[in-house]
Amino acid sequence: MTPEWRPSADLAMLRARARLLRDIRRYFAEAGVLEVETPVLSQAAVTDPAIHSMQLAEPVAGCRFLHTSPEFPMKRLLCAGTGDIYQICRVFRGAELGRHHNPEFTLLEWYRLGYDMQRLMTDVEQLLRSVLPSTMTLGPSRFLSYEQAIFEATGLSLARLDIAAIQDALNTAGVPCPPAMPNAIDPWLDLLMSSVVTPQFSDDRLTFIYHYPASQASLARLNPDNPSVAERFEVYIGPMELGNGFHELQDADEQRARFQSDLAKRQQLSLPAMPMDTHLLDALGSGLPDCAGVAVGLDRVLMAFYTKTEIADVISFGAERA
Amino acid sequence: MASYSTNEFRGGLKIMLDGDPYTIVENEFVKPGKGQAFNRVKVRNLKTGRVVEKTFKSGDSVEAADVMDTDMQYLYTDGEFWHFMDPQSFEQIAADKAAVGEQAVWLKEQDMCVVTLWNGSPLSVTPPNFVELTITETDPGVRGDTATGGTKPAYMETGAVVKVPLFIEQGEVIRCDTRSGEYVSRVKTD
Repeated sequence: MTPEWRPSADLAMLRARARLLRDIRRYFAEAGVLEVETPVLSQAAVTDPAIHSMQLAEPVAGCRFLHTSPEFPMKRLLCAGTGDIYQICRVFRGAELGRHHNPEFTLLEWYRLGYDMQRLMTDVEQLLRSVLPSTMTLGPSRFLSYEQAIFEATGLSLARLDIAAIQDALNTAGVPCPPAMPNAIDPWLDLLMSSVVTPQFSDDRLTFIYHYPASQASLARLNPDNPSVAERFEVYIGPMELGNGFHELQDADEQRARFQSDLAKRQQLSLPAMPMDTHLLDALGSGLPDCAGVAVGLDRVLMAFYTKTEIADVISFGAERA
Repeated sequence: MASYSTNEFRGGLKIMLDGDPYTIVENEFVKPGKGQAFNRVKVRNLKTGRVVEKTFKSGDSVEAADVMDTDMQYLYTDGEFWHFMDPQSFEQIAADKAAVGEQAVWLKEQDMCVVTLWNGSPLSVTPPNFVELTITETDPGVRGDTATGGTKPAYMETGAVVKVPLFIEQGEVIRCDTRSGEYVSRVKTD
């Protein structure tokens, strides 16, 4: 054990991080994407029941919540006419700590006007290849629908999947079922994905999962030809999730309904109600340009590029030394 | 009743599952960026020693097990119970066969042991990592043979059987590793 005052990352990693940030900024500068900054502290918060906002004990000017992602204010910038934008910022999420989770982490988020989901996935791949260190090679990427990914890993068809079938698949894979679960399929799907499906993704390549179930659309629009799936994707490197992207929902009424549905779920789960971002809803009401956006966790990119097993290995001071 | 949230899970935490006390061996937090978080843990049953895997929905609470490790001095056995004493309070406690288990053969009178108490009763006994024991019986030593690496069984005063080098004699005191059950070295007694 090194003394507690020392960084949890080594000096080579700190240099690698600086190089990564420089290379990302170069990629976006060449592509004409504008770097922006948005507030870390805000009056509104995310409503998603699975994401916990940290908050100040003493709010200042009504600002109380640390952001969990810069998505809402970045969309307000898009509505105000900035064109393509990106941001590299530290975000904060409560109750997330583990090998792949630090309560604060570095997110790269960007938006491209006129892009759809497919084109943005290609952009993510190009960016990651352009910042790859010379010690690392990536094989050809895989693009799988959510349905295909579950079928490949378990032989199960998403259309016929119910909680009992997921429990069987978990048992077969040696994953014990949790004792208390809400009577809804999505948490079970989350467990199946994170403990059976994604661990099988092969190392040294990117895997893109797209067309999440509509119930997990988050801020993505639904597929116009098949409204049972959303224009949402996630990107993995090996078995590790790196990022999440959407062909963005433009409809303010639909967005408001999703926020309200989130708040109803929060109530069911006895989670605190969160003030929804009405500025975002007003901005969507005034018109969000057709665009796609994605957020990528840069700490995990570094973990994958330099084969580190703990997120603290790539952060100057991980939570336990912060 | 005290309880722990999954947020407090870490190696060594003692929890109750299905009526038995367990210790957390390994805790892995898994969470999709958007979606339900889980804690996948490996836990050891403190009664049986068996390690099993469990999954918890993050944020759920689990009852805490009232399990405490205490340093106690081993006194003697009456055949049915093994008696230990708290060196500060002089309070004595008796552990049964289920609690002492296979560790009985490493218990030497006066040695300090860790007695794990569950609701105040002995659950398990951990002897010191190294103990010094007298050999009560072994084949005669082969003088000068310190190089061939051969071993022979030796019976200790406590009942343990340890493989020792050929040159070791009956009546000698040796140092043993109680975790592996292996011979470590000769102990000079003069």
